[in-house]
Amino acid sequence: MSITVRVPAQLRPLTGGASEASVEGSTVGEALKALDAAHAGFAERIFDENGGLRRFVNVFLADEDVRFLEGLETPVTDGQTLSIVPAVAGG
Amino acid sequence: MDFVSGLRCRECGRDYPAEALHVCDYCFGPLEVAYDYEAVAATMSRDRVASGPRSIWRYADLLPVHDPAPVDLGAGFTPLVRADRLAAELGLGELWIKDDTANPTGSFKDRVVSVALTKARQLGFKIAACASTGNLANSVAAHAARAGMESVVLIPHDLETAKITMTSVYGGRVFAVEGSYDDVNRLCAELTSEQPTWAFVNVNVRTYYAEGSKTLAFEVAEQLGWQAPDHVVVPIGSGSQLTKVAKGFDELWKVGLLDEEPHVRISGAQAAGCSPVATAFAEGTDAIRPVKPDTIAKSLAIGNPADGWYALNAIRSSGGACASVTDDEVLEGIRLLARTEGIFAETAGGVTIATLAKLAAQGVVRSDERVVALVTGHGLKTVEALTGSVGVTATIAPTLEAFDEALAETDGPIPTTAARSPR
Repeated sequence: MSITVRVPAQLRPLTGGASEASVEGSTVGEALKALDAAHAGFAERIFDENGGLRRFVNVFLADEDVRFLEGLETPVTDGQTLSIVPAVAGG
Repeated sequence: MDFVSGLRCRECGRDYPAEALHVCDYCFGPLEVAYDYEAVAATMSRDRVASGPRSIWRYADLLPVHDPAPVDLGAGFTPLVRADRLAAELGLGELWIKDDTANPTGSFKDRVVSVALTKARQLGFKIAACASTGNLANSVAAHAARAGMESVVLIPHDLETAKITMTSVYGGRVFAVEGSYDDVNRLCAELTSEQPTWAFVNVNVRTYYAEGSKTLAFEVAEQLGWQAPDHVVVPIGSGSQLTKVAKGFDELWKVGLLDEEPHVRISGAQAAGCSPVATAFAEGTDAIRPVKPDTIAKSLAIGNPADGWYALNAIRSSGGACASVTDDEVLEGIRLLARTEGIFAETAGGVTIATLAKLAAQGVVRSDERVVALVTGHGLKTVEALTGSVGVTATIAPTLEAFDEALAETDGPIPTTAARSPR
């Protein structure tokens, strides 16, 4: 499955400044690990020591928070977009 | 000169310069303004505050930006009203209402926006933007107009009519997003990466913006004669206001403006249809599970509260509580406050008053405490919530006979003018 990942400004140094990256994977977790494989450094920034998403990192699949889906186990389909978004915003 | 020494990550402690940054580049934790409190303490005094403007800017020494001509419509220094009649209804002793309906655009958001846009202008921004449940939209549009800045406001499409009108009248761009506030917020968080020249008050300048809420604590203490109350009840949307109110009392003590160390219990108020913090409090967990909001208290309808975890911590560490109330209770809260104290609050104020009533009935808020409830927005913003639950007493023909007849059918003590004989 080819997935587009939208990268927030804070993490763009890892992608050479690119706002999007294309990765392969069949779940949200696999896609994010593939992102780290392609652009080293993502994993330690977005995952905590237990392998879950950091408290202040939100991930959206097709604009839905993956915590309302199946989290990192959520299946992804070809052509979908994942967004990594800092959680501290709003209110 | 301000007394800001920089920004610091609340999670990992990394330091950052005082620029348009809101999260830690490394761990995404929220950045917090760090002050040189020794320098503040050496400068700030009760007299210095008293000689300042009757607005939030009298506390400029503890705000993250100094400007002799801030972006200002007169936010803050709102009435602190002794609420004896409401206290009697609730079985409480000394109760005060912090009436933030009296702000320029009718909500506490004027405090945070005045700070945010003053800082944004200093940083060179010319466009003000935000994600809003309504009150912030009103305030950003108004303050941007005042400052001669352009504004771009994003709101959920199903907001109250008054909030949309009170935003669009100022002439900025207003985008109604087909989704919930959390959708709007996510969109703005993404837009911030794409539009780095826009000051999203509650995204990239949120660190400064949030500091404005401390002025609620500053004013309450000053208005009580430089004493902290025992217990404050605060509505929770994102949780930012509650955490900053707690910080405000701590700072006053830190810089020597209070005689006694404050021990303020902070309690949170949520609507049952959007109560992720109250749920975590009740369950005794640290994890705030996001929810899909469904409540008439739209200004608090944030299902994924950015500062929920910090608000929960502030509540627990202060010995406070967090509760939620149904929409019917919210409406009763609005009517109760209006009926007893003559203050018309929006739905968020109804949440605060109804939660206060609930916590008082449970004995959590006690009659031996000096209690302050924050009423943060004006009822005119959410009049449709009351449609069908309040209205005229009777519709009558323009004659004395019709009036007498209708009056006789009403309940209560008014008809003492029976001296006038029936015609």
